[in-house]
Amino acid sequence: MTPGGGRAAVVVRGLLVSRGGRPVLPDVSLEIRPGRVTGLLGPSGSGKTTLLRAIVGVQIVERGAVSVLGLPAGSPELRRRVGYVTQAPSVYGDLTVRENLRYFASVLGVPGEHVDDAVATVGLRPQLLQVVGTLSGGEQSRASLAAALLGQPELLVLDEPTVGLDPVLRRDLWSSFHELAGRGVTLLVSTHVMDEAARCDDLVLLRDGRIVASGTPQELLARSGAGDLERAFLVLAGES
Amino acid sequence: MSARITLATATRVLRQLRRDRRTIALLLVVPPALLALLDYLFEAQPQTFERVGVPLVGLFPFVTMFLVTSIAMLRERTTGTLERLMSMPLAKLDLLAGYGLAFALVAAVQAGITSAVGFGLLGIDTSGPVWAVVCLAVANAVLGMALGLFLSAFATTEFQAVQFMPAFVLPQILLCGLLVPREQMPRALELLSALLPLTYAYDALVRVAADEIGGRLWLDVAVVVGCIALALVLGATTLRRRTA
Repeated sequence: MTPGGGRAAVVVRGLLVSRGGRPVLPDVSLEIRPGRVTGLLGPSGSGKTTLLRAIVGVQIVERGAVSVLGLPAGSPELRRRVGYVTQAPSVYGDLTVRENLRYFASVLGVPGEHVDDAVATVGLRPQLLQVVGTLSGGEQSRASLAAALLGQPELLVLDEPTVGLDPVLRRDLWSSFHELAGRGVTLLVSTHVMDEAARCDDLVLLRDGRIVASGTPQELLARSGAGDLERAFLVLAGES
Repeated sequence: MSARITLATATRVLRQLRRDRRTIALLLVVPPALLALLDYLFEAQPQTFERVGVPLVGLFPFVTMFLVTSIAMLRERTTGTLERLMSMPLAKLDLLAGYGLAFALVAAVQAGITSAVGFGLLGIDTSGPVWAVVCLAVANAVLGMALGLFLSAFATTEFQAVQFMPAFVLPQILLCGLLVPREQMPRALELLSALLPLTYAYDALVRVAADEIGGRLWLDVAVVVGCIALALVLGATTLRRRTA
């Protein structure tokens, strides 16, 4: 459980991030509830990655406050408590899956058993001794996800983790996400695939750097009066 | 700073290198092969080869480690592994020291083989101790690594990183005194060479070859060590936890 029980795991207030003189996120405020899978939904270029980076604390921000697990984003203490998976492979292509995970485990200072657990969660056991560079794109991104799971973080930030995965794997991964949430982990997952939105506990809809709606899938459907989330997104995006 | 993370990083870097057999072969075979080539080339002028032989044994690792580190670091930046490490509880010094340790070890093997070929097979003469040449070679390798690590931050592609070799390494080799003794250079170049770290690395090697173990040698070594420290500090400033 996150400290404080029902308190928000992430609080963003008046966040302004500019890139090349252009505001990517002009003024974002949001809260992420702990122990839930929150989907960050939006078309590509809507600012999803920038918002995730700001929450992880690797993004230079111009203004605003981002607090994660009660601490300012990017605090050194959070480096053990937050796991982050970018869209880049972020694993060494010339090492095996196991060598990669063992290295990251020793950087995190966690025991070797965590490697086995993480590999099992992402379903990479058969590829454990394979060199990452010879894996498929989907397998590489799962190796990267496994590395983020090693430290058993309280907050897991995943940037489009299911790109290029077949439907069976995608389903398995989403059930892993809910299993983790059941253990009290907060997950923030970005996606541009609408059918994944329905698998989230909470949704945040982002468009042109602005949050156009947030709530549970049911709430968003009710508010928009639409029959599915894709249409609900269109209605809510047009509304604002 | 943590010994565990530093050692894990050094092991990881060596593991990566081990997978790349061709690079290992090139690292270990090219320097002694070039030395043998020069020996053959200067057959008619043995005194010239005598003059450059020892310094070359000590300078090869500088060039190779500069190149290897700039590419390795650029890869860490472009594949996202550096960003991952920077979001983990790893001190920047752990990463720098890990790389330094790994490449110092490779440099020691490289310098050992080059020395064995140079002093053994080719019969290069040194009045000073061979171990001192190897030690200087390792120091030069760490200097090359530190410089490569720092400069790689200014390259966005591997094409650029490779061009940094002729841009930053070659001028130092031309001006260090290996080709033309520094006192015979035009005044402006002599002054410029005094600002380049490799000049001191070369001078140290010449002094060891002549068995001039003394104050001036220690001063050279101190300058090289100071340059390593400076390059590492500059390198650390290019490892950013937050980026735009």
